[in-house]
Amino acid sequence: MAGELAIDVHGLTKRFGSKVAVNGIDIQVPQGQVWGFLGPNGSGKTTTIRMLCGLLRADEGNGTCLGYDFRTESERIKRQVGYMTQKFSFWEDLSIRENLQFVARLYGIRRARKVVDETIEQIGLSKRQSQLAGELSGGWKQRLALAACMLHDPKLLLLDEPTAGVDPKARRDFWDEIHRLSGQGLTVLVSTHYMDEAERCDRIVYINLGDIITSGTVAEVIEQSGLHTFVIEGDGARNMAGKLKGKPGVEFVAFFGAALHVSGRDRNALEAALRPHIDDASLSVHESRPSLEDVFIQLQEKGRGDYA
Amino acid sequence: MTRHFSFRRIWAVLVKEFIQMRRDRLTLGLILGVPLMQLLLFGFAINNDPKHLPAAVTIADPGPFADSIVAALRNSDYFDIVEATNDPQAARRLLAEDKVSFVVEIPVNFSRDLVRGAQPQLLVEADATDPASSSNAVGAIAQIAGEALRDDLTGPLAVRAQSAAPFTTVIHRLYNPEIITQYNIVPGLLGIILTMTMVLMTSMALTRERERGTYENLLAMPVTPVEIMIGKISPNIVVGLIQAAIVLVAARFIFGVPMIGSLGLLFAITGLFIAANLAVGYTFSTIAQNQLQAMQMMVFFLLPAILLSGFAFPFRGMPVWAQWIGEALPVTHFLRVVRGILLKGNGPAEIWVDVWPLFVFLFAVGTVALLRFRRTLD
Repeated sequence: MAGELAIDVHGLTKRFGSKVAVNGIDIQVPQGQVWGFLGPNGSGKTTTIRMLCGLLRADEGNGTCLGYDFRTESERIKRQVGYMTQKFSFWEDLSIRENLQFVARLYGIRRARKVVDETIEQIGLSKRQSQLAGELSGGWKQRLALAACMLHDPKLLLLDEPTAGVDPKARRDFWDEIHRLSGQGLTVLVSTHYMDEAERCDRIVYINLGDIITSGTVAEVIEQSGLHTFVIEGDGARNMAGKLKGKPGVEFVAFFGAALHVSGRDRNALEAALRPHIDDASLSVHESRPSLEDVFIQLQEKGRGDYA
Repeated sequence: MTRHFSFRRIWAVLVKEFIQMRRDRLTLGLILGVPLMQLLLFGFAINNDPKHLPAAVTIADPGPFADSIVAALRNSDYFDIVEATNDPQAARRLLAEDKVSFVVEIPVNFSRDLVRGAQPQLLVEADATDPASSSNAVGAIAQIAGEALRDDLTGPLAVRAQSAAPFTTVIHRLYNPEIITQYNIVPGLLGIILTMTMVLMTSMALTRERERGTYENLLAMPVTPVEIMIGKISPNIVVGLIQAAIVLVAARFIFGVPMIGSLGLLFAITGLFIAANLAVGYTFSTIAQNQLQAMQMMVFFLLPAILLSGFAFPFRGMPVWAQWIGEALPVTHFLRVVRGILLKGNGPAEIWVDVWPLFVFLFAVGTVALLRFRRTLD
């Protein structure tokens, strides 16, 4: 049924000793959507995902995952969730086929042989199926892991930085696959550090130090940031970072390739800071719509400020 | 120019090593604990001249002479008379069950023959499955009994006391008449080898998954702790039984160890013993953070198994506290069962005293292992 929530949790909290890893967050993911989960390292993304699939016990919070109480019915949730860990966590000393067979048996998949055959065919590893999983390259490992997670036809896919260390082509293929699956009704929650991946999500949630800082569609998140960005290009751009940093109105400067993005929430102050350089012949300055990455740099800088 | 030798760099490395050593509590504990343990065990527990060995007397000819001999045995350091009976069958049973190490039999007409100067025989049956534990005591019997009777042989009988031997001592070394040490060591090795390999193999079971990161994946899938435990332990039972078969074939054909009892029974108990050790290993693997720690724990378990089980040193030569520790180890009971079945031909009735502790151990440690197993990564 459309509109139903695949994940619906409130006040999710996890403490490790005195450290609060996840601080009472709410997440509501409708069925069939792809949600991106973003935030710096150690912000609580992995902890949240682990709580959702029952690998960690939540200290506080309630709600459901696929309609089951995530605190008490994790065994049922596990049957319908595919979880892909950050680090490749299939058995490197088993062959590709043996890994898939093992997973198929654990889930009690019917006609396991046929399903495994088809899966191997699908991911294009027919000729290498008896090769050890440990011998595969990063991209192939990731394909195998995704296929293994999908073997039992889950309704929800939890992916923890699935494309870390994977080449751009493989990343692209991976995301095409994610969208294909979500088109078939699969709900996906995926954590990532890549902006291009975040932009392919229906909605994104940005967390830092265990708190949700912002969430929404990409456009909404950019809108909510209230950020204005000027782009400086040209031969002199490289020297401008040091000159502009710390000026009133300039919240942060960041290079995107050779171009320098100068951003701040107070547009007038920002303009004032840039005015002395506007006539510099070696520079071309123009205003631009802030990119998602600009917003995240701002969020991260702010987060660091809060922390200090 | 960099010098090839710098005290500052050595100091840097040294400090780093000390810090890391301090962080690795388990290794530090073992480094300090093992020598202490060895010192205590070798210093106090191990005694190659065991005293206070349990013995039974069967008295077919009651009378003052018998009383004197029994009293003298009682007074000696070597023997503790735990049973006085007139039923030789019952006494033999005590030997088989390992409840006594000796049976001293005063035969019919012992007094009459002694008085007549007919040199009656004092019969001693010794459990020679472990030759080392009984040899000194066997040697002592003749002397103890002789001195006891010397005091009785007074008046007209004084002449008997002066003769070289008023009676002869006949010693039957039961179960191992030729006192072949291998008969004791080789079956004992079966227990030690199984303890070592079985605990080692399973102690790696979960730590390996944890180290490689596959543990998280396993937990995320619908499989229960009991299923994982049984699935991981069972293949090792097969490996253990194959090991046992190899050791027994070698024992039979290389060392010529007799195999009097039922091999089927032996294998059944071996399976139980293997399961008990696997439960220990599995418990270790729920505790250890990595494979090295698991290995260290195995060593810590193996040491008392070798030293306190009666394998390396006579069990009855150990002080009571050490015997209690020994009784708590499965290998101690297993050694008695193996020697009992192979050398004494014991059946289910005789070995039961050492079989139920194995069941208790398996159940207790298995429960601990399952309680320790975490379904989550907390």
